[in-house]
Amino acid sequence: MKPASNGKYQALEPPPPLTSSEGLAEANRCLMCWDAPCTRACPTHIDVPRFIKQIATDDLLGSARTILSANILGASCARVCPTEVLCEGACVLHDLHERPIEIGRLQGLATDPVVFGGDPIFVPGPDTGFRIAIVGAGPAGLSCAAELTRLGHSAVILDAADIPGGLNTHGVAEYKMRPDTSLAEVEWVLSHGGELRSGVRVGTDITIDALLEEHDAVFIGTGLARSAPLGIPGEDLAGVEAALDFIANLKARPREEAALEGERVAVIGAGNTAIDAATQSVRLGADKVFLVFRRAPEHMRAYDHEIEKALLDGVELVAQAVPVSITGQGAVGGLTLQRTELGAPGRDGRPAVKALDGTEFHLDVTRVVRATGQVGYHDFYAAVPDVELDGAGRVVVDERFRTGNVRIWAGGDCVNGGKEVVNAVEHGKQAARDIDATLHGVALPSGGD
Amino acid sequence: MADLTANLAGIESPNPFWLASGPPTNTGDQVARAFEAGWGGAVWKTIGEPIENTWSRYSSVDLNGNRMMGLNNIELITDRPLDVNLQEIREVKRRYPGHAVVVSAMVESKREAWHTIVKQIEDTGADGVELNFGCPHGMSERGMGSAIGQVPEYCSQITEWAKEVAETPVIVKLTPNITDIRTASRAAKAGGADAISLINTINSITGVDLDTLTPRPAVGTRSSHGGYCGPAVKPIALNMVAAIAGDPGTAEIPISGIGGVTTWRDAAEFILLGATNVQVCTAVMHYGFRIVEGLIDGLGNYLDGKGLGCVADLRAKSVDQVTDWQHLDLNYIIKAEIDQDKCIGCALCYIACNDGAHQAIGAKRSDEGRTDVWIKYDDCVGCNLCSLVCPVEECITMVEQDTEYRPLTWAEVEDGADPSGLAPRPKHDLTIGG
Repeated sequence: MKPASNGKYQALEPPPPLTSSEGLAEANRCLMCWDAPCTRACPTHIDVPRFIKQIATDDLLGSARTILSANILGASCARVCPTEVLCEGACVLHDLHERPIEIGRLQGLATDPVVFGGDPIFVPGPDTGFRIAIVGAGPAGLSCAAELTRLGHSAVILDAADIPGGLNTHGVAEYKMRPDTSLAEVEWVLSHGGELRSGVRVGTDITIDALLEEHDAVFIGTGLARSAPLGIPGEDLAGVEAALDFIANLKARPREEAALEGERVAVIGAGNTAIDAATQSVRLGADKVFLVFRRAPEHMRAYDHEIEKALLDGVELVAQAVPVSITGQGAVGGLTLQRTELGAPGRDGRPAVKALDGTEFHLDVTRVVRATGQVGYHDFYAAVPDVELDGAGRVVVDERFRTGNVRIWAGGDCVNGGKEVVNAVEHGKQAARDIDATLHGVALPSGGD
Repeated sequence: MADLTANLAGIESPNPFWLASGPPTNTGDQVARAFEAGWGGAVWKTIGEPIENTWSRYSSVDLNGNRMMGLNNIELITDRPLDVNLQEIREVKRRYPGHAVVVSAMVESKREAWHTIVKQIEDTGADGVELNFGCPHGMSERGMGSAIGQVPEYCSQITEWAKEVAETPVIVKLTPNITDIRTASRAAKAGGADAISLINTINSITGVDLDTLTPRPAVGTRSSHGGYCGPAVKPIALNMVAAIAGDPGTAEIPISGIGGVTTWRDAAEFILLGATNVQVCTAVMHYGFRIVEGLIDGLGNYLDGKGLGCVADLRAKSVDQVTDWQHLDLNYIIKAEIDQDKCIGCALCYIACNDGAHQAIGAKRSDEGRTDVWIKYDDCVGCNLCSLVCPVEECITMVEQDTEYRPLTWAEVEDGADPSGLAPRPKHDLTIGG
């Protein structure tokens, strides 16, 4: 534990689950709105009033079924969802100037006993004989596999990593969820059916053509590649990393080895991943953490509550600054930046950025973490027939998550450019339903999130 | 502050708050501590031939996480020797001469037995006797308690026997487990009762343990119906108090109101509907004797705010406003109004009205993602339901409408008044599935 700037201690561990009596009291606060805004705000449309009422009436199993039938990763979403801007942000109690219902923690109360050590929540449907290959064992792929299993199909997930779960295992800040939690959830999801082949890289170990040949359909949920290099001198120095590698490395090692005591960290970027890297650094004992970004604080893409958390952690914002070089002998010794000037808004509504010569300044840091956004797996997709990427490197799909190839569907970060776990879960679920309808020759009404 | 002293059929107390006969008045020690806490009087837990109790005795009903909305008991009358009770009653009355000490009694239905117990009670210096004709469990199986209260002739007879020897006021405590409470109150009055107290507890089974399948309270693998009390029973008690207070046959008899009194507001309501004082039990079993402080303070402030000098000035002020349905004005028109500035968009009003009442509220998602609701003015029958379910204070109000129709009651229509004088009602000719 480390004192933060506000004098409170910031936790390294996820918050404790609600006790059943806390859950009962919280559940009873729910008004049970009609056409509830929380349900509408949830990308997977969990029937929130229903699952909360089930908690209030001591039907935890029924509550878990309500949640997990809409969102098979309901247990991890209970931990990693930005509920402040989704369900809890939509709670009508805000308008009464009351605390919103703690929907995320109630969801954990209901789902934890089932997902971590409980029985499967559904019985696979009658075997259809169809086989579907899924590329990537992240949230989108797992959700797709679960839904396909439920519909009676057999799903095979191929995952390049040795350990499954995608960013849920490798990329979530430690104080939100630990890797073993994600892995236990993956194991439970697969207990419903579905086969996992870890350490198999599609495109290298097996071709996409071979997959298409052996399966009736393919779902792609590769996620995104690591962020591109900044393209400045000194990036090859030890201590320069992409944010997701930085987080993944911290998570993979014992706490003592991961400690950052004595280190001074500069995180480049202003999105939620940058915040995760910065707050995680503070919690691991870094002496000083800077968040460096090109535009002004009001242009930061991270959620307000995440920015607030970073500020409470004592993270220093270095706004309107752009890195020009990383200095050091073998390892990072410092970061040189230029001030920027903001111009007229561009097409995305954000102001243009111009670095100003002669405004160089220096930050004394020992680590540089790059969180400037992920990019698409261009090489991989080049080998996938009839699947296109847009200008931002995202897979182009229609509202049913169909790609340009009639036998390939895609969802998750590779489609939306990097959003929440819950968005990926919904993509996988909806894609599975359309795969099912397509294989059965039944057209679904158009929809999706 | 207003004068809170109360006088029930000649029994005076410093305030109208008495402990009802029950576990809180089981011993002299409890009653003494209650008087120290501020209670104006106490009705001693029913004495008589001591009984043996089961060990498991109480069970309750919780509501949405709130404990003991209703309480049930299968405890019988006192299990302490008669002479010990009488000695303690004498001692408490000696120490607290200004407080009302009334003793509840229940003995077998023999004239001599009642004569004896009344004399024994009065010999202690107690201020009055309460005849327990209400206990609905256990004792009723032995021909006592509600077995008496349910038969008007027995009720009159035993009251007469008590009155034959009593020198202090005799209060008859009635059971609500009866079709029309007025038959019992009239019988008590006919027997000479000086006052009536009600209600005793209501026959109940509070629930079943869904694991053991044993109803509550479980006495091993069995249970028995008990007597229900607490906040849940207050509306039933208020109705019965009002029925007696409004009955010409018993209009003058003093009433001690019992049934779910928890706050000063509850007490004020009982008094407005005809009670002279109130008795409290469950709230003390939940929170202890200290709650009397809030009762005293709250009622005093209320009387002051109303410009009333004493509790008696409040008594029965609402009795005349309770009438038969046939005398209600059918042209008193109200309709719901929603204060959109206060609305939080939960749409409970919509779903309650649409599924559970009269389909007079519309709802739809707004462009901003909230749910907008509105009253379908022509369809609103003014039933109040939306204002009852709305979680926001004063967001939905029921507003009286101007009308050219003069007041008209069903009784007047039955007596020949022109039915065309009735204001038109909203029609609900919806298409099924439409």
